[in-house]
Amino acid sequence: MRPEPHLIDYAIILLYFAFVLGIGFVLKKYMKTSTDFFLSGRSIPAWIAGLAFLSANLGAQEVIGMGASGAKYGISTSHFYWIGAVPAMLFVGVFMMPFYYGSRARSVPEYLKLRFDEKTRGFNAISFAVMTVFSSGVSMYAMGKLLQLLLGWNFTAAILISALIVLAYTFLGGLTSAIYNEVLQFFLIVMGFIPLVYLGLRDVGGWEGLKARIANDAMVHSWKYMGHSNANPMGVEWFGMLMGLAFVLSFGYWCTDFLVVQRAMAADSMTAARRTPVIAAFPKMVFPFLVILPGMIAGVVTSSKLHDARAQEGVVASTVAQSSFFTGGKGIIPPKYDAGGNPVTADGKVVLDYDLATPMMLVRYFPSGLLGLGLCALIASFMSGMAGNTTAFNTVWTYDIYQSYINKTASDQHYLWMGRAATVFGLAISLMAAFVAKEFNNILDVLQLVFAFVNAPLFATFMLGMFWKRTTGHGAFWGLLGGTVAAATHYGLTLPAGAVPGVKGGYLGPILHVYPSEMAQNFWTAIFAWVGCFTLTIVISLLTAPRPEAELRGLVYSLTAKPEEGGLKWYQKPATLAVIVLVLLFGLNLIFW
Amino acid sequence: MGFDIRMPIGMLFTLFGILLIGYGAATQGSATYAEHSLGVNVNVWWGGVLLAFGLAMIGLTRIRRKG
Repeated sequence: MRPEPHLIDYAIILLYFAFVLGIGFVLKKYMKTSTDFFLSGRSIPAWIAGLAFLSANLGAQEVIGMGASGAKYGISTSHFYWIGAVPAMLFVGVFMMPFYYGSRARSVPEYLKLRFDEKTRGFNAISFAVMTVFSSGVSMYAMGKLLQLLLGWNFTAAILISALIVLAYTFLGGLTSAIYNEVLQFFLIVMGFIPLVYLGLRDVGGWEGLKARIANDAMVHSWKYMGHSNANPMGVEWFGMLMGLAFVLSFGYWCTDFLVVQRAMAADSMTAARRTPVIAAFPKMVFPFLVILPGMIAGVVTSSKLHDARAQEGVVASTVAQSSFFTGGKGIIPPKYDAGGNPVTADGKVVLDYDLATPMMLVRYFPSGLLGLGLCALIASFMSGMAGNTTAFNTVWTYDIYQSYINKTASDQHYLWMGRAATVFGLAISLMAAFVAKEFNNILDVLQLVFAFVNAPLFATFMLGMFWKRTTGHGAFWGLLGGTVAAATHYGLTLPAGAVPGVKGGYLGPILHVYPSEMAQNFWTAIFAWVGCFTLTIVISLLTAPRPEAELRGLVYSLTAKPEEGGLKWYQKPATLAVIVLVLLFGLNLIFW
Repeated sequence: MGFDIRMPIGMLFTLFGILLIGYGAATQGSATYAEHSLGVNVNVWWGGVLLAFGLAMIGLTRIRRKG
């Protein structure tokens, strides 16, 4: 079912590239200082910062990955949004931005330096810099692989061209260019996917029709089957999910990852900065319908060509609906093929290529014209992720590594130059990582694992730093280190069901516990890491001397004045908006219970 | 900073809308719509939506500039 893009499709994509580059060119002349380049001069209006906050996070992994998850697990995937993102976004906006923005820190590691000490900043800066540049590479690899598989485009050409375009607009226009393009990419993704969901749902007979075709109640309810891990396809129970995903992992990402926090730091005022993540939460709540539903639909539809052919043979309509387009596939989801072109099997069952669920939907329902828009939306989602990683990297490199440890006293213009240089070598490293990932798939898995270990304890450190004045630098540093080790240890002593020791865990020797699924193991690793960091930080803080309170003003909750909300209208108050989001969130969870 | 981002967003979607409506009109009745989009000429329809959205964005820029 390989699509044949026509001239119109290429025209649409080229037009998008032209605009994205044009925006970069126009912004070049506004990049006069390093603050302009790395922080947009702190002048971005809340609605723009909010959409950029959401869009920078929306890498293709999300669009493709959520579709894959939807095909595999059903509507429970919404937990990644409704539990695993929105509450953390509200928290960072209402409670943490006053410290990020008020401290005038120019990055997340810099906040750690102001609140704690250099070694804590260094640990965070270096691990984040490495992580973000490799994440970008992984993104590029995923995009190249997809475009090659779907359209037959050359892998190297595809990633080189998109990397060069991202390089051009971030090099010229800095963070502002990345942010403006992220807003553009947001609208593109929304406008590209709404018709897909509409056509898909219409084809299966709406939500009720979809439920009937899927014929597995656990795939169409998000909470009903969470009582026990063997009752739902994800293999997780509600506690592991709430603590692991909702709390540790989600707060760990949204509250401490500079990629998103940077967009809020670029806002034009304290209230704008606080509102940025809350504004982003509104569309975030709706995204499950755009990205998860196509995955769910992909597993239960077929192509109309097959439908007509079978109908001519006299095959009954309902069985045609269930038949798969690819031999061994499910719906329009193909199996994974090995080098010989045969479907890969594991334990006698065919392994499906779930990542192709959403792309196959695009190919199935979009004629040429709209197909160009759909492909453009897909490419845009990759590029917004890449640009987000690039701007986060060049800032952390320049301010937290270069300025802190290598060259402390250069001029602002020199740092601006260094930022541009970092944009180039950051993307170069990402490109190399993408090529390495192509050759050695397992390296990818190892890398992702290490990053998960580093991320899991982070939120404990920030929470204690922002809300408990007694936390000390030694406590923070050793807590972070200890939490990371706890994660690696827990993972090394456990295994998910049916896996062999190695990259899936159990590498320390004795297997102390077998989890029902990889997801369950991940959530519990996160919980152990967080608890380890939390405990260690408190204990060591109590044993070491704190800094004088005067130095911590504006950095800790109890020593900072509450943000001024005097002259604001109700829809401008971050807390009021957050409450509205929570009410809507509760409603959504009830509807899909 | 710089310029109002709604202008380029508006322009791009207006152009997309025009392109899709034009292409859709030119391919009206083609078998590709029956094969893909359930017989509906989505290019014309969705092109119209994109055009409206693009013009609305440009309109918002104008209002902001006057105000």
